[in-house]
Amino acid sequence: MTRDEIFARFSEVFSDAMDIDDPELSDSTTADDFYEWDSLSHVRLVVALERSFGIKFSNSEIESFKRVGDLIDAITAKLG
Amino acid sequence: MADILSETLGWLLPAPHDFRAQLKAVAADGSVPDAATLMHLSSFALDIDRLTQLDRLVARSRDRLAAGRLSPLRLAILADGTTDYVAPAIRASALRHGILVDTYVPAYGQGLAEAMNPDSDLARFAPDVALVAFDHRLFGLDRAQMDPALAAAAVTAAIDSIRTIVAALARNRMTVIVQTLPVPADPWCGHLDRMQPGSPAAQVIAVNAGVVQIVADHGAILLDADALAASVGRSRWFDAAWWHRAKVPFALDLMPLYADHVGRILGALRGKARKCLVLDLDNTLWGGVIGDDGLDGIRIGQGSGDGEAYLAVQAAALSLKARGVVLAVVSKNEEDAARLPFRQHPDMLLREDDIAVFIANWNDKATNIAHVARTLNIGTDALVFLDDNPAERTRVRQMLPEVAVPELPEDPGSYAPLLMRSGLFETVGLSEDDAKRAEQYRQNASRTQALEQLGDYDAYLSSLDMVCDLAPFDAVGRTRIAQLVNKSNQFNVTTRRYTEADIAALEADPACFTLQVRLTDRFGDNGMISVVIFRAEGHDWVCDTWLMSCRVLKRRVEEAVLAAVAQAARKAGATRLVGVYIPSEKNRMVADLFPRLGFTAQEGPQDDSGARRWVLELPSYAMPDLPLHLTGAQAPAARIPA
Repeated sequence: MTRDEIFARFSEVFSDAMDIDDPELSDSTTADDFYEWDSLSHVRLVVALERSFGIKFSNSEIESFKRVGDLIDAITAKLG
Repeated sequence: MADILSETLGWLLPAPHDFRAQLKAVAADGSVPDAATLMHLSSFALDIDRLTQLDRLVARSRDRLAAGRLSPLRLAILADGTTDYVAPAIRASALRHGILVDTYVPAYGQGLAEAMNPDSDLARFAPDVALVAFDHRLFGLDRAQMDPALAAAAVTAAIDSIRTIVAALARNRMTVIVQTLPVPADPWCGHLDRMQPGSPAAQVIAVNAGVVQIVADHGAILLDADALAASVGRSRWFDAAWWHRAKVPFALDLMPLYADHVGRILGALRGKARKCLVLDLDNTLWGGVIGDDGLDGIRIGQGSGDGEAYLAVQAAALSLKARGVVLAVVSKNEEDAARLPFRQHPDMLLREDDIAVFIANWNDKATNIAHVARTLNIGTDALVFLDDNPAERTRVRQMLPEVAVPELPEDPGSYAPLLMRSGLFETVGLSEDDAKRAEQYRQNASRTQALEQLGDYDAYLSSLDMVCDLAPFDAVGRTRIAQLVNKSNQFNVTTRRYTEADIAALEADPACFTLQVRLTDRFGDNGMISVVIFRAEGHDWVCDTWLMSCRVLKRRVEEAVLAAVAQAARKAGATRLVGVYIPSEKNRMVADLFPRLGFTAQEGPQDDSGARRWVLELPSYAMPDLPLHLTGAQAPAARIPA
């Protein structure tokens, strides 16, 4: 998958986990940009990403997620 | 590899890709979804995110929502670990089972304290049902013990905690659902663990035996979470990473399955479980098409994978029939051809007399299915329709959305497992009457035919040779009485629900008159079909509960019941019977029960619950002649002494 394809699927998963229509996402988006993105929905987001991409994140990866770009990078690296 | 049958709720249709858009459309312009829409939206296999979305839709309009066909239920969830995901998932999944749930969750770790305190927020919430869902790790049962005495102490402490909380909740008149603890996936010694009382696995297994005993002792309901975890695999169930990170008690991907299981138990408690399995024939009960392939061409029985798979469907149907599920057939076939395998094929497990209603013709299946419900005198929402043909399934879902239609994959080997895992026939207790029920429905179909032949209704009733037994509540009848009290919706004047423990208390209450009524006739034994409770208040006897099975409508049983109540009331010195009718969504059938029996509307202010009261002056009551032979300790004498 290209990074763009990963980003597109990420957006769909994000939209479902947060229950937000057409979220405007970029690499620099953070939880501060969306009221719905709290610690609870963040867990559902990470689990949904693991399910959707067939991957597992490590604790250190999860703790490093600050921006959407961090998540995309981690997924891209795992899908290699 | 995930278990696709259970883990993805394989008996449900996959969620549509535009599910979120459908939710938005339902709530457009602030409109409030109705019960049918919510049940439709919940009928898909929803993942945790979609369950959360659906729950949010309900929450936004909860105070304006009309329950309609949904039964409201207040649920307290007492669980260790994170409960933030389980509560929305249960609320959304329960809709699928006809229940509109409001939840209360005590603060982290406060469950026991709140259960013990009569002034707690938990008590103020006044739950109908409490779910007790503990985790072995928070009892310290994940620690291996070399000393068997320490292991025994840990087991006893866990059992005592659970017993204390269940007893406290049961005392506060809640129905308590208690969960077994899933046995941990990770070994200590390995295969030796089951032999070592100090292994985590052995400790949890010992606690689960205690849980089963607690359930039996307190009249609680078991949610066998350990069996559920084992069915999908314990190593799938436990997700150590998320436990460490956020105390999520099991894999979030399994939350929809768990929540559906809670939902089906809540549904069963409220009488929403299905009663009748309607079966297609060709390529559902056997392989091939009987009309084309003939008796020796269809595939059924030992010797081929398909033949054994269809046999498994028949065995599953028979196992359901054994516990009271009624079987029916709806098939597009010539009737003679359709019946041929039941009569002549040596490998068929199902025989003609297993089927209460057999319809084989070329009519639309939805029409035939509705006819099955009418013949059995049950609602179409009590039916499950099993058919291999996707087009027929789609058609029936469109025409009769309240009928449960399990989704079936191509391979018949999955039919029986999916049917049994769907939980559509979930039950929270079995009584002797359950074992007889399927036969009773078949007999009822025979009665319908007898009436058609006889024509005159009174002559028909006399020809039935009915024996009606009227007796006070007792220990033997208790389970069935509680079952009827909690399941009967239509012929039920007050729809009051009582637990088995409540029923036991009523037996001993001198101010209560209780009646369990059984009916037999020449076609068979109908079992217990009516339950009545009156309370003495001065010279009045006030109706608390009066319910009857719809299977025996128009048999004049209610008149025999009234005669029994009137006789007992007179003996006790009462002068009036007071009938109470509390309207519900489903009990319009008995709105005029009391006036039909000769009661007159009570003068004066009625209370604001919508309840209506009716009065029968006992001195002027005379028992009618009835076409029933009356027996039992409360049987009224033909002429009642004034």
